[in-house]
Amino acid sequence: MKNESIQNKDGAAKPSTIDLVNKNLAKRYRAEKRFKAYGVAAILFGLACLVILFTDIIGKGHSAFLQTYVYVEVNYDADALDISNVNDPQQLAIADYSAIVKSALREQFTDAKSRKQRRNLYGLVSNGASFTLRESLENNPALLNQTVGLWLLADDDIDTYYKSRGDNKDDAFVGRLNPQQVAWVETWIDQKQIKKRFNTTFFTSGDSREPEQAGIMGAMAGSLFTLLVTIALSFPIGVAAAVYLEEYAPKNKITDFIEVNINNLAAVPSIIFGLLGLAIFIGYFEMHRSIPLVGGLVLSLMTLPTIIISSRAAIKSVPSSIRDAALGLGASKMQVILHHVLPLAMPGMLTGAIIGFAQALGETAPLLMIGMVAFIVDIPGGVSDPATALPVQIFLWSDSPERAFVERTSAAIMVLLAFLITMNTAAIWLRKRLERRW
Amino acid sequence: MKKFLTSASVILTSLLVANVAHASRDYINVVGSSTVYPFSTVVAERFGKSTQFKTPKVESTGSGGGLKLFCQGVGVQFPDITNASRRIKPSEVQLCADNGVSGVVEVLIGFDGIVIGNSNQAEQMTISLKELFLALGKEVPNPDGTQTLVTNPYQTWNEINPSLPKYKIEVLGPPPTSGTRDAFSELALEGGCKKIDWIADISKQSKAAGKAGDAALSKDLKYKFKSICHSVRDDGAFIEAGENDNLIVQKLNANPNAFGIFGFSFLDQNSDTIQGTKINGFDPSFENIAEGTYPVSRPLYFYVKKDHIGVVPGIEEFLAEFISNKASGQEGYLADKGMIPLSDDLRKQVKADVQSLTPIKL
Repeated sequence: MKNESIQNKDGAAKPSTIDLVNKNLAKRYRAEKRFKAYGVAAILFGLACLVILFTDIIGKGHSAFLQTYVYVEVNYDADALDISNVNDPQQLAIADYSAIVKSALREQFTDAKSRKQRRNLYGLVSNGASFTLRESLENNPALLNQTVGLWLLADDDIDTYYKSRGDNKDDAFVGRLNPQQVAWVETWIDQKQIKKRFNTTFFTSGDSREPEQAGIMGAMAGSLFTLLVTIALSFPIGVAAAVYLEEYAPKNKITDFIEVNINNLAAVPSIIFGLLGLAIFIGYFEMHRSIPLVGGLVLSLMTLPTIIISSRAAIKSVPSSIRDAALGLGASKMQVILHHVLPLAMPGMLTGAIIGFAQALGETAPLLMIGMVAFIVDIPGGVSDPATALPVQIFLWSDSPERAFVERTSAAIMVLLAFLITMNTAAIWLRKRLERRW
Repeated sequence: MKKFLTSASVILTSLLVANVAHASRDYINVVGSSTVYPFSTVVAERFGKSTQFKTPKVESTGSGGGLKLFCQGVGVQFPDITNASRRIKPSEVQLCADNGVSGVVEVLIGFDGIVIGNSNQAEQMTISLKELFLALGKEVPNPDGTQTLVTNPYQTWNEINPSLPKYKIEVLGPPPTSGTRDAFSELALEGGCKKIDWIADISKQSKAAGKAGDAALSKDLKYKFKSICHSVRDDGAFIEAGENDNLIVQKLNANPNAFGIFGFSFLDQNSDTIQGTKINGFDPSFENIAEGTYPVSRPLYFYVKKDHIGVVPGIEEFLAEFISNKASGQEGYLADKGMIPLSDDLRKQVKADVQSLTPIKL
């Protein structure tokens, strides 16, 4: 300090300001460039991660949208089916359709002699094929005693084999297939009796332990019902709370305390809400486990703080001049809020709410506690039917031993991501479209 | 605003409806072990598709969690069936009894093998249970032969036995919360531990003390034996890799020097990339586990609440499907899914017990 001041007094050593600036200029430009580069690097890193994630998921999952079918000529033999009266729905329902598939397979591959070989042969076609046959006979009873060529669902082992095969037989994933089964499948391939079709089952059926019959419809319906309950509860409650806190509540210790609590709740891990739901809704109110109603209640508790906070921010951003003008023209407080503040704050509130719902859609942990992590085949028809949710379905499939579930897990992730992207896009669109500037 | 009020009231009404509706349930509620889950779900699905009953709901809560839920009481809000990869404990029977659950029917459905496997890019290992304990135990007998314990000194497999591979001991396995880990400790580690005479003596002394009436000493010795035999080393050679067996399988592919512990069905499904380690000279194959020559296999059970039969529709029919030949028989569909079926004699006995709905003795 002292030295400096002495030098300054001498005046000789002191460079002019512009010299100092010029001297540092190059350094400052470099620092500026580096600073910018850090930002670009951060973005590139993020993008790279995203690309890796997407290529991995899409690379693994795209094949799940196709499903292998095999062409089998089935004879609807009345004796084998044990049907005496084709117009009796009861008989059609309980008939043994697998028997006619088996006999059709035996006819084509006469080299299956022993019991074990035949079992292996029957394993080539999914046991879901019986349901296809039942449906077609129910729709058209005239088929009885006729021979028809049908494309039937292949077993998941065949599906994986055929998909991994490509053009070269040696690349194929053989897995649990024995050489004889491979030879049978190769015969089908040579005779063009096998093909891939769009996998409608994946989008129309519920969960199954047979990968080729498993679908995400059940999980989607479960997610939808859960989300409906969440929306119907947390949005009105959240908005009402925000309106009161912003427009009516006096500023005192109690409201401060409430505010601190809401902010805290927004950061509480979601599993805690699951435990709360388990204790209150299932323990005390004795509701059933695994139903979307309880799931929705728990998720509303979880999203409420987010919605309250974003709604309050939106209400706060409405200029007070609008309120003053309305009050000045004789509107009551309620009219001011309902006619002016809420419509103007709505885009902001909706954006916050949609982001909260998207978060709820992707949530698994609280659902674990209330039993929505379960194997449920029937597609739920309401809020009190047992159901799972999309992220739970992903979790369950990822834990399954069957190889063919790997691609289905990735495909389910793609569906969930599509939903999340749609919801977030809707939030952006709403904001862009409805936003007003003052 | 009107819309919100309407929707809110709709929800409130449905809440009330649900509260009323909980008086009945038309589907079977199954909870329990994640090991039995893959088999239970297959039966549930086939049952739902082939009968007029609804498909049972199967939850994977773990054996302990399932029994806890199951023993909460009698009534439609409690589960009807729980799966377990071990037998019900006396304390759990007591819990059931305290809550008024008296008639519990036990059903043994089959076996599951626990496999130690590695990537098939590496060579297949042959190990004995004793060597396995020496590799994974937290404290092992002093290599100098005295009857003392030392912190596990073995870093590579061939330090235990020169015929084992030269690389570092690295085993990925399930965490202590998992039933697979319980069974592994009990069957593999304790099995190997017992091969060391002076440790086995502790267990014998405990039993002798119990017979002689000295309960406290018996308990102490038993605890000592368990803490030697069930403790897994925590110096990094045993890595807890989570409950997801698929994850362990993937990690084995990435690291050919590592071994993993998982259920037999995962070996069955991934035989192109992983291989099982021979234990006491036996491959973890379907036949060896069924015959009982492969030493690390455990029984799979489920428990049925007798009081719910007739209240919740379909329980008896579901039981019949589960123990039928086409499901759990030697060539049934559960065997295709990787479950090791019971021998024919044992199955006959189980069938008889189930048909007469004989409850376990409380």
